[in-house]
Amino acid sequence: MRIECSEVHKAFFRNEVLRGVDLVVAPGESLVVIGRSGEGKSVLLKHLVALLHPDSGSICVDGVDITRMRRKKLYEVRLRFGMVFQGAALFDSLTVGENVALALREHTDLNDAAIRTVCDEKLAMVGLAGTADKQPAELSGGMRKRVGFARAIAMNPECILYDEPTTGLDPITADVINNHIVHLRDELSVSSVVVTHDLASAYKVGDRIVMLHEGRIIYSGTPDEIRSTDHPVVRQFVEGRADGPAAGRAME
Amino acid sequence: MHRTLTIIGCHVLEFVREVGGSFVLLGRSLARLPELHRTFRQTLVQLEQVGIGSLPLVFVTSIFVGAVAAVQAAYQFHGYVPMIFLGTVVGKSVILELGPVLTALVVGGRVAASYAAELGTMKVTEQIDAMEILAIDPARYLVMLRLVACVIMMPVLVILADFLAIIGGMFVSNITLGVSALTFNTGLRLFFSVDDVYSSVIKAAVFGGIIGLMGCYYGFRTHGGAQGVGKSAMHAVVSTCIGVLITNYFLASVLFRIIFYKAT
Repeated sequence: MRIECSEVHKAFFRNEVLRGVDLVVAPGESLVVIGRSGEGKSVLLKHLVALLHPDSGSICVDGVDITRMRRKKLYEVRLRFGMVFQGAALFDSLTVGENVALALREHTDLNDAAIRTVCDEKLAMVGLAGTADKQPAELSGGMRKRVGFARAIAMNPECILYDEPTTGLDPITADVINNHIVHLRDELSVSSVVVTHDLASAYKVGDRIVMLHEGRIIYSGTPDEIRSTDHPVVRQFVEGRADGPAAGRAME
Repeated sequence: MHRTLTIIGCHVLEFVREVGGSFVLLGRSLARLPELHRTFRQTLVQLEQVGIGSLPLVFVTSIFVGAVAAVQAAYQFHGYVPMIFLGTVVGKSVILELGPVLTALVVGGRVAASYAAELGTMKVTEQIDAMEILAIDPARYLVMLRLVACVIMMPVLVILADFLAIIGGMFVSNITLGVSALTFNTGLRLFFSVDDVYSSVIKAAVFGGIIGLMGCYYGFRTHGGAQGVGKSAMHAVVSTCIGVLITNYFLASVLFRIIFYKAT
């Protein structure tokens, strides 16, 4: 699956968040988007599956502009995606197993036993075997995020979007998530777009890292290139310095 | 002056946007009606929550509505109109107006607020977005079954409310006003028309649609965390009440001046 964003502009009231974003995600690529808080990383991520629509520009999946698609066609495209939300976004009224199974029940002809098998397999992959009957409220934040991960991969998507997948997790659990992302990329050729502040995670999971700053992609490179770049804004972000060219912009 | 006009204009535009948005959501949900069987169990749950869950409220409201109707009718009849017509007036006013409207207002306050809060919480915690990513239309999975539940259960609740209100009126008439049950019932049957019941049911179904739609619409429009959820619940209740009262007038005009009108 190839995703192309071309000259994407998006404003909320008078606040221009995206000011002409050009981005390409190649098939099987793991792309990481970094940037300061409030720069629009999550907004950009939601554009990739048309959860938000640009004010101008296009978002193409395998050459087809999804911003102009009718709902039925758009849902066919979305079935090829999975998404892990920052807060997990589990459905409170369903158990863990029902959360993971929901897409299977809605879009496949699998019987209950087969669905249960798939759910148990996906939950075991994220280290949550035996939790299918629990309610989301009974789980810790990290466990909820892992259930969100299991739900995102239930339909074996071609591309998974991650919105801050390791935020709020302890370092060990965060690395478990990183390993899952790497495994999906390496073993199953699943593309990833990861929005994160966690540079350690970015270096581990990313084939390519781009930086979003003031509504535009200002840098694109491999993890090694990012580490050694002399671009002042990227350097300031990578080194975590308050002083620098990006210090003047107010946090939103 | 310019600022005043701007404020008025903004409110008008906001009102038009909300009315339009509500109808768009209604259209999207009705378009998925043929797929109701896919959410059969969830629909049953909603039917229980709207119907069974509202019973205590409807019970108390109806009994006292009927009681008040009887007391006030008796006060107005005193010295002018024979008390045999007490049952007529209580029956007519309850079936034609008080039953459907007051039931819609009290049930609407409960149900619309509940829907707005539940769906609003789902919105602010990105559960609606998660549903969209799973290629599940929230209009089908969340809204349609709630609309169906309200449209089905409101007429049931209103029929029950009408019955309980008449019982309440008869009880009060007998105990405090000295009007026997026989006299009350005779008056009730004197000008009873089954068309009145039909109109009550039609009103109830339409009000049920308004309740479900307002709750779901404002739930989907929620933003801004917990405060936003609270605001959505409030807007849902206010819009439901206004919608019921305005629609009531138009329904009454159509039902009683066109459909069930009998020339003398």
